[in-house]
Amino acid sequence: MQQIAQQLIYGIQLGSLYALIALGYTMVYGVLRLINFAHGDVYMVGAFVGFYACTRWLPFKDLAVHPEAAGANIALAVVALLLAMAICSAMGVVIERFAYRPLRNGLQKADAHFWGLVLGFPITGLFMPVFAGWGPLVAVAVGIGVGFAMRPLVAWLARRVKLSESRLNALITAIGVSLLLENGGLLVFGANPNFIPNILPEHTYTLPGGVMVGSSQLTILGVSLFLMLSLRYIVMCTRPGKAMRAISHDIEAAKLMGIDTDRVIAFTFALGGSLAGAGGAMVAALTHVKITPLFGLLPGLKAFVAAVLGGAGSLPGAMVGGLLMGSAESFVAGSSLSMFRDAIAFCVLIIILLVRPAGLMGRHVPEKV
Amino acid sequence: MTRSGGKFVGLLVALALAIGLNGCKQQGGSAADADEIIIGEYASLTGTTATFGVSTHNGVLLAIEEANAAGGINGKKIKLITEDDRSKADEARVVVTKLVTQNKAVAVLGEVASTRSMTAAPVCQQYKVPMVSPSSTNPEVTRKGDYIFRVCFTDDFQAAVVGKFAYDKGYRKAAIFKDMKNDYSVAFADNFAKSFVKQGGKVVGEQSYQEGDTDFKSQLNSLKAAGPDAILCPGYYSEVGTIARQAREIGLNVPILGGDGWDSPKLVPGAGTALNGCFFSNHRFSRELELPEIKAFIANFKKKYNENPDALAALGYDAAGLVVDAMKRATKLDGPGIRDAIAQTKGYKGVTGVITLDQNRNARKEALILRIDGEVFRVEKTYRPEELGQ
Repeated sequence: MQQIAQQLIYGIQLGSLYALIALGYTMVYGVLRLINFAHGDVYMVGAFVGFYACTRWLPFKDLAVHPEAAGANIALAVVALLLAMAICSAMGVVIERFAYRPLRNGLQKADAHFWGLVLGFPITGLFMPVFAGWGPLVAVAVGIGVGFAMRPLVAWLARRVKLSESRLNALITAIGVSLLLENGGLLVFGANPNFIPNILPEHTYTLPGGVMVGSSQLTILGVSLFLMLSLRYIVMCTRPGKAMRAISHDIEAAKLMGIDTDRVIAFTFALGGSLAGAGGAMVAALTHVKITPLFGLLPGLKAFVAAVLGGAGSLPGAMVGGLLMGSAESFVAGSSLSMFRDAIAFCVLIIILLVRPAGLMGRHVPEKV
Repeated sequence: MTRSGGKFVGLLVALALAIGLNGCKQQGGSAADADEIIIGEYASLTGTTATFGVSTHNGVLLAIEEANAAGGINGKKIKLITEDDRSKADEARVVVTKLVTQNKAVAVLGEVASTRSMTAAPVCQQYKVPMVSPSSTNPEVTRKGDYIFRVCFTDDFQAAVVGKFAYDKGYRKAAIFKDMKNDYSVAFADNFAKSFVKQGGKVVGEQSYQEGDTDFKSQLNSLKAAGPDAILCPGYYSEVGTIARQAREIGLNVPILGGDGWDSPKLVPGAGTALNGCFFSNHRFSRELELPEIKAFIANFKKKYNENPDALAALGYDAAGLVVDAMKRATKLDGPGIRDAIAQTKGYKGVTGVITLDQNRNARKEALILRIDGEVFRVEKTYRPEELGQ
């Protein structure tokens, strides 16, 4: 009994993280019918922001040397969390603006300059090390040049290319963005594992019955719950949230009603990115796992499964799906079948989709012909 | 075509030229000169086990430079070409194929991780180029063919040492927590269990994880329920630190035991204080041993890199030194000639012990048990192969 309760607590902690990432998947799917595979990599960036904030950017003190700095460190950790959320939501917006929006609305001059900047780095890398000395400045200069050189190309493409309604294009673009972020991360952050040292005081509480709960687990659970409730408030009770729901219902009709759909879509990506960023930074700082550019691969995949499981497009569905996935995984990992830990996620998915093809809380909407 | 279309084509041509020219430059540099002997090395210079690769590479480079300074091989200089496999098995096969087919390496050094040595070994065997692994300990590695050698002991021995040590230390119930996708970790766990049970101990629990997992508490909690005296965790340093932290967090405070996969300067930053007082087996290399050859090696290494070498650096140095020694004795400086010379190695005096290769192309050497004490690894005990009847 004590074992079961203990595993359930681990499962809920893991599940609340999956739910946090799954919400980003499901919101984007709701408004755009797009599976944003780059979302797991936004989570990775959140972890790296957490890492740099904890080791370089913010004046954290080592608790082993300065035990009295616990309070100051907690305040700084909140700043680090907000920083990760801000950077990741900005990243979500940038990904939407320069990777997905051109597929919907066509190319513009700004696209030429953005991709020029991105290309500037590998082109500079052919001639000199990009991330040392003058490298970054030269790369930006080259990037601006490439941007101007690409303007005629972009103008030409914008005239020639007919926009397609196909969702496959956006899906393949999403996979491309994911690969770009992972391999770009390998270039920028390097492939060596990084660890965040002990910066927050850690306690373990023993509940009646011998079940143990750590302060880091409680923090992850509490922050995730708070963020999910805030998200629910934004979606249900604010004007942008109302617009999101309208777009998810029928994007064309929403446009006709005067909703600036592009802006609301960008807002959706910002929300999703901030949740993933918070999750990444929390995991990195509180569980001391190694942080690498492939940090988001597996959690991203599982959160995607959680979103489908709960019903793509449904916010409560994503939360339930995440918790279900986390608990299932935790119970299997704790049993004698721990080698099937990852397989169980997909078994649960198959069983639930057989019974409820639209997911646990998804509505089955027939395609209009 | 419109005017902007013309510009676009111009840009493409310029880009293609830039890439093409760059490609030519690289190929020109790798062509073999007649008065140079090329040794290839593949190592995990980046990726999950980067410190393994970097340490080994530093040791290899030092050995090659010393050999060249001492006159090379019959007047010919040795040229070392190193490729990074990014800690990935597929990549190891690709870069080793490049080393033996494009760079025409006559001998290949690598890898640390057994999984990667085992994917690259068939390539070396196919092209008849001898491969010497500095520190892959899985027994299967050298069974891939008669061109594959190693200068370290195997997991049969290493795991048996840990099993004996655990029993001698008074542990009677052990739990195992292994990386199920890692050939080294799985073989280590099996051999430990065999040795520990033969001594009279009991394996009370067994769980597995995968490289890249972030949450180990579920498995650790079920191990805790089995009530072990010690936990064997024969993984790599990149996960062991996190595992130890999470074990302490859930109140699992028994000693954790491991193997040479723990030997990394990144072990303690990952673990914090969670591994204090834990033990792992390692190759015979420690500054505490006070041996003249080790002292000389540490001094030379520090002079060149301004840091202290670990056991992997010493094994890289020995692997390269052994290949150079074999080349001096070889009748013909090609793959088969060097292979025969390596196979005949007897009593080569390395930094990590005297190396004699047996008929299975493995080295018989001593193993150390090290205790983690803050940031220092202290020698707890030394085991010779004869002590375990091997």
